Amino acid sequence: MKLNFQVEGGNFAKAGVASSEVKKVLKKLGVPPMVIRRIVVALYEAEVNIVAHAQQGIISVDVRHDKVEIELRDKGPGIGDISQAMQEGFSTASEEVRAMGFGAGMGLPNIKKNADELNIESKVGEGTTVHITNYFAKP
Amino acid sequence: MTVKDVQKALELEVFGGKKGLDSEVTGGYVSDLLSDVMGNATEGLAWITLQTHLNVMAIASLKDLSTVILVNGNKPEEDMLEKANEENIPVLGTKLSTFEIAGKLYQLLNS
Repeated sequence: MKLNFQVEGGNFAKAGVASSEVKKVLKKLGVPPMVIRRIVVALYEAEVNIVAHAQQGIISVDVRHDKVEIELRDKGPGIGDISQAMQEGFSTASEEVRAMGFGAGMGLPNIKKNADELNIESKVGEGTTVHITNYFAKP
Repeated sequence: MTVKDVQKALELEVFGGKKGLDSEVTGGYVSDLLSDVMGNATEGLAWITLQTHLNVMAIASLKDLSTVILVNGNKPEEDMLEKANEENIPVLGTKLSTFEIAGKLYQLLNS
């Protein structure tokens, strides 16, 4: 099953729409709650990253019988140094975003902790693509 | 202990999400950083915060939290309230500070 979502940069009112929909679908399919929780944390953080940093993005979620594959592709500033961005506490979020309680430099570490497989590709000035794969049963 | 029991015992105001008042409160979590709650809170916790915007409810719903308690007399923004009613997650409020209400909740849940 494939699900697609458009994400608009700066629109925090819509942040979490994809995560919420995916959670509902996985719940209906009877995916174990522990597995759903991990997927939802990783997807929500990645979704918020698009809203907080990029102009726009597309989220494609592919639900297979044994796993879920998620691609988040954005047009945005890109990440110059991915290993630096992965560090807990590192953030380039605006003051406005921080005032909302985001931008504490915990997003990418949260994604890493909750994704079974994570791959990030980025070009400065063009955008970032994040791949997250989680398995329903531990391989 | 249900959200309603907590709300009565701590004399909290009910702003919205009334249909969720019978949910079980398994504990509490105190944070104003959304990613901290996203990463570390677990199902059924009561979340004490001063954040009053819509994204609070997105996180409360995604993490299956039992309730959100706003401190220092803060009130939820209109869209946060709408979302609380839609998701049936009670949003409660107190004039007390985070320190005071967290202490009272801890005592209540561990008594």
